[in-house]
Amino acid sequence: MELTRLPFLKSALRSRYPQLAILIVMLAGYVFAILAGLLGTPVGSRNFSIVFVWIAWWAILILIAVPFFGRGWCAVCPIPLSGEWLQRGAVLNPLDKKPKRLNLRWPNLFRNIWLQNVSFLLLALFSSVLLTTPNVTATVLAAMPFAAIGLSLVFERRAFCRYLCPVGGFIGLYSQTAPIELRVKERQVCATCKGKPCYNGSADGYGCPWNVFPGGLTRNTYCGLCMECLRACPRDNIAINLRPFFADLTKPSARLDEAFKAFIMLGSAMIYAGVLLGPWGALKDAAYNVGTGAWFAYAAVFLAIIFILLPGLFSLMVALSPTALPKLGKGRGMRALAALSTPLIPLGLMFWVAFSLSFVLTNASYILASLSDPLGLGWNLFGTANVAWQPMLTSILAPAQTLALVSGLVWAARTAQKAAGEVRVSAIPVVGFCFIVTLIMLWLLL
Amino acid sequence: MKRSEALTRLLITAAIVGVVGAPLFVWARTPLIHARVAEDGGWSPDVIRAEVGRPLHLRLTSDDVVHGFAVGQMDMPSADILPGRVTDVTLTFDKPGTYTFYCTHWCGLNHWRMRGTIEVGGSRADPQPAPAPVPGKVEVPLYVSLGLDLDAPHTASVIPNDKPSAIRGQQLAANLPISQSPDYYYTHSPYQVFDDLSDTPLTEPQRWDVVAFLWQSNTTEGSLANGKRLYAQNCAACHGENGAGDGVFADQVALNFGSGMSSANNGRPVAFTNAETMLGASPALLQGKILRGGMGTGMPMWGSIFTEGQIWDLVAYLYSFQFEYPTKEAP
Repeated sequence: MELTRLPFLKSALRSRYPQLAILIVMLAGYVFAILAGLLGTPVGSRNFSIVFVWIAWWAILILIAVPFFGRGWCAVCPIPLSGEWLQRGAVLNPLDKKPKRLNLRWPNLFRNIWLQNVSFLLLALFSSVLLTTPNVTATVLAAMPFAAIGLSLVFERRAFCRYLCPVGGFIGLYSQTAPIELRVKERQVCATCKGKPCYNGSADGYGCPWNVFPGGLTRNTYCGLCMECLRACPRDNIAINLRPFFADLTKPSARLDEAFKAFIMLGSAMIYAGVLLGPWGALKDAAYNVGTGAWFAYAAVFLAIIFILLPGLFSLMVALSPTALPKLGKGRGMRALAALSTPLIPLGLMFWVAFSLSFVLTNASYILASLSDPLGLGWNLFGTANVAWQPMLTSILAPAQTLALVSGLVWAARTAQKAAGEVRVSAIPVVGFCFIVTLIMLWLLL
Repeated sequence: MKRSEALTRLLITAAIVGVVGAPLFVWARTPLIHARVAEDGGWSPDVIRAEVGRPLHLRLTSDDVVHGFAVGQMDMPSADILPGRVTDVTLTFDKPGTYTFYCTHWCGLNHWRMRGTIEVGGSRADPQPAPAPVPGKVEVPLYVSLGLDLDAPHTASVIPNDKPSAIRGQQLAANLPISQSPDYYYTHSPYQVFDDLSDTPLTEPQRWDVVAFLWQSNTTEGSLANGKRLYAQNCAACHGENGAGDGVFADQVALNFGSGMSSANNGRPVAFTNAETMLGASPALLQGKILRGGMGTGMPMWGSIFTEGQIWDLVAYLYSFQFEYPTKEAP
């Protein structure tokens, strides 16, 4: 169903002002979160930056934005804004004369999401400190726009979003499951279009900041929903469509960087469930005490689970399957494994949903307190500063988490059947792997 | 540049300046006193200035764990300071001087180091008449006027087998030629009194019972209750709830200050259940130890915190680890 047939929605998306208004609010909130992290109380549970970034924003991102709107967050993310404005020399429509920038091409070696995998892992390894220490959160929040500015002044388009952003990688991966997509209406129109303004830009819109030619879009992964192509297309050939969930997963990707992203996200959700929600104090201490021997051991185990244990078990199960072995021919192994890891996308998303439900419902009451006293100065703006910590909806938490995990497993099994069909191997070992890790996640959460 | 572009840039600039400037302005005008465990800096700032007669409004917040706030030598309830929240306290000083404020919760091993000073300037607006003399109170601390060496060993060469009973001692003391005056009590150790009773026909256990009675008769239930409260709040973390030198921080104290501690307790905080040392210590000696603190042992100096009356209450309570005093329920 084409949503852009709705005149109101179409004009709202084509105009720059509604999106800009949201972006300015987001930017203001982002800057305020940095300030609150630096100036406010160092007590994480009472600090606006911690509470609004890691509880409120995270809840919205993982429970609503990604599952329902894919890269919808990227469309209103304030992080690349300053860099993009500097790169373009304008905040509204393109200038007649483009400002002189280096506009270098991003190196071929890094035209993948490996750097995003690394940046996510870097944050993940320090997450116990990052999630609880306001000035660390503020520093990371402040560093990202500067990195984006630096890259925007050197490289073309949004190099930061596309190749470096630590959250952009998994948002892209999981956006394939969303029931929203931006696609061209008629491919033939794009094929015959002269100048390709959706990619190269025109007076009405900038060339795709995500370095994607909309005419070739088949997956949501790298489309940032910035709507520039919608504005630039002279033939009104861009549409926002409503579609079934998990639609992109019918055609599995065979990219190793994306496959490892799926393993990283799956493993991280399980490790976080153990560290942040589990009863093991020594594990929490090890994760928190960065730089100590215990932390190095924790980091080594973390990386081993993600890079060795999970992919190793997955590969072993696939390789040992009697139906799989004869069919995995020479040179096809890695690509086939990468394609077979596609079911980990819905599974991983549901792992994160289940984990986040617990994390968010447990800590949501902090939002009210920090809303009334965002800088920790003793204010009570909305009369909620003294609201006591109280876990929410505890009676439905376990059933909701179970439902999420079981749904993830069912979707993963269905995706596994399609992916296995593509590479002509049995889906049973992949489903078996998904079943085992789901059982572990259930044990960790419940 | 188009007008719309210029206006949008202006709007964005105004929004960013506002969102940065307004919080900075408010933050700069709202000074807070931050409490952190001593290892992370204690109070910040730790020196506050005030004027006699002018209310001093303090806004306190904790950056880590629950702390408490109280000012030494002042009759004020302790205020809780919760992590990330702000507690308002208003103080009014009626005489100039340097006051010590301190944490009243066991917040960490060096909890007792969490102290700061309030320097109160100005002159006393409403001169008070000289206070009535308090028993045992002299211009200089008693242990100073007696010339006591606080660090010299003070052991009782004879100790009782059972806990001496003040009730039994009361019956025995009726006809004994022994002083029950406060001065005698303050300046003598239990063992010295026990020794003074050697000319009487009493057996050793009976003499200890008389000592227990003498100590009980020089205190009150109110003093003991106050001493117990102060002990629980300020001493038990190291010396233990039951005075056995086994408080929650005892091991860490022994580790940090073991070399400076009494070898009688294996480098741990002093045990008030140790009869040898407790029965060899006079109230004046214990007063001195509390007032001055134990040099290099981890025992803090309490002279700037406790009033003289509070110290005597505490001393009286410390002896209750050695003596059996009658309780309200007793016949």
